[in-house]
Amino acid sequence: MSTIVLLLVTGLGLGALYFLVASGLSLIYGLMGVLNFAHGSFLTIGAFAGFELSRRIGDGSWGALVASMVLGAIVGTVVAALTEFLLIRPLYTRHIEQVLVTVGLALASVALFEGIWGTDPIYTAKPAWLTRTTTILGARIPNDRFLLIGCAVLVLLGIVVFLQRTRYGLIIRAGVENRSMVTALGIDVRRSFTLVFAIGGAAAGLGGVLASVYYGYVSAHLGGSLLIFAFIVTVIGGLGSLAGAAIASVLVALLQQFANFYLGGTGDLAVVLALAGVLLVRPRGLLGKAT
Amino acid sequence: MSTPTTSTRIPTGSTAVVVTPARRRRSAAWLPVGIGVALVVFTALLPLLNISIPGVFPGPTYTPGTLQLLAYAMLIAALSLSYRMIFEVAGMLSFGHSLFFAAGAYGLAIALDALAPSRMPSSVIFVSAILITVVFAFLLTTLVGALALRVGGISFAMVTLAFAQAGSVVIRRNPGRATGGDEGLALDITHVPEGLVGVINTRNLFWLALIILVLVYLAALWVENSRVGHVAAAGRENELRVRVLGIRPYLVKLLVFTAAGLLAAGAGMGYLLLQSTASPRIATADFTLTLLVIVVLGGVGMRWGAIVGGIVYTLLDQRLTALAGSRAVGSLPDVLRVPLSQPLFILGTLFILVVMFFPGGIAGIPERLGGRRRRTGTAAKGVTDEPA
Repeated sequence: MSTIVLLLVTGLGLGALYFLVASGLSLIYGLMGVLNFAHGSFLTIGAFAGFELSRRIGDGSWGALVASMVLGAIVGTVVAALTEFLLIRPLYTRHIEQVLVTVGLALASVALFEGIWGTDPIYTAKPAWLTRTTTILGARIPNDRFLLIGCAVLVLLGIVVFLQRTRYGLIIRAGVENRSMVTALGIDVRRSFTLVFAIGGAAAGLGGVLASVYYGYVSAHLGGSLLIFAFIVTVIGGLGSLAGAAIASVLVALLQQFANFYLGGTGDLAVVLALAGVLLVRPRGLLGKAT
Repeated sequence: MSTPTTSTRIPTGSTAVVVTPARRRRSAAWLPVGIGVALVVFTALLPLLNISIPGVFPGPTYTPGTLQLLAYAMLIAALSLSYRMIFEVAGMLSFGHSLFFAAGAYGLAIALDALAPSRMPSSVIFVSAILITVVFAFLLTTLVGALALRVGGISFAMVTLAFAQAGSVVIRRNPGRATGGDEGLALDITHVPEGLVGVINTRNLFWLALIILVLVYLAALWVENSRVGHVAAAGRENELRVRVLGIRPYLVKLLVFTAAGLLAAGAGMGYLLLQSTASPRIATADFTLTLLVIVVLGGVGMRWGAIVGGIVYTLLDQRLTALAGSRAVGSLPDVLRVPLSQPLFILGTLFILVVMFFPGGIAGIPERLGGRRRRTGTAAKGVTDEPA
């Protein structure tokens, strides 16, 4: 029983990380039709920014953690918005080139991170409470899982409120639904492109700092390894669907944790098999639009 | 789109391909063939010549180091050609191509290991290992293709990426000590023909790589100019119209995908013989991204663009790594030193610049200089056709 509870909560924590990456990916794809390969780099730069800050203002304190989370989100936002503005926008209507540019950016930025921070993981410190465990139903659960789950829920709520309650959110939702119709109504959808990128970048940057808490280190390849699972999550959840991304992140992470524990470390394979299964039965994903 | 024009320029011998009946055009069409044959002959003679190009080759062309580098470049070019079939001819953005290259390399290494204890003659073992690898690669590409092609556009890209990632994970996990994990899997040379083993025989390996490149080129040409290739290209331009004509694009795409995967596996077997090790690096998604970079750098719409791209990229990568370790870069201030010491940073930036400002790639440069600007970049159009 205690093992199952532990796996459940750990899976939810990992799912929170997947969601922070996948939510941005899904929104960007839904609105712009761009598969953003540089999304992992937004996460990595956020993680490194947070690491540099917390190193300077006192490692291991709550203040440093919160400050680095804020900084990570800000850096992610700025980098993502700049990417959209400088690299994606000039290639408007050329989707395949947009994808190629993000591929180039991912390659170049990971190489640059390796040049600046080295190829080895850098271990990070975190507040003492996060290193301890809490006992729930007999399971000793690392406290950092709660932080991750809490942050992801807040991000999910924030994005949902933004999409449902604001005018910009309305335009984004309408744009995901039918872009040409929105344009025909005289609204310039392109303005919200930068916004979607910025939101996705903020979530990814925050995810970067949280990933460094979860794994205990930062490295240039932090984003790349999470990005692949985020891709799988977005396909299983249905491209362009935020709720789908949220559900699929949890399902994928739980499947991964349980398969790793009970089936001898085959979590990654189980996830790919699940992807194949979903595609066979329901090619558009759990909550994807019918095409 | 330039693919149809290319097919008029390079006839395959089957006259059905040439769409313009004008005799003048047809005689002019033999010129590129002549140039191609001359280039192949010249390349084949390289190990016997003493040509030094400082800064490009590490030494004169007859030295094993240079031959090794060139052979590697040719195998990468062959692999890029096979990738081009999926990306440009059929218009599918696949991120799983490295899986089939790795299947060739690892498949041959594992088959040789597994057959080593048997008492058959070496030549029989070597040939049967190759055949086993081909069958394995065929089954793998068909399986992956059949599943991935159920979705189109960007989903297809992600699914192929996921399969490649699974392959990469399996190779690193080292199941049953079969793949060697992070160390890579060394080639068991007991049953490999003597002429393909050792530094002395690098020139034989060089010729083998050249043969593989030529064969892959001819196969790509054949597929592209076959009916399957035409339908695949038509599906890239407008899948709905192909469906309306009563043709199912699924099977055609699967054929092209499988053919490209098999060619990649062939290049992978050459890679194993050349490098004597299959390293887990060749199974990663980054390796496929490299292929994408090569094909786009080389130029969209041209077969020889992929070859030039593959060779230029490999040489650049090698020379930039040498540059990164040089003293001139080491003495620069950090702002310049850090980016310059990362070959992938330079290549990635170069790639972005080419995509944004030179959509034709290297193959498009002569056309640009000639002032005949043509709108390129219609490759993989099927991806854009996908409703968002």
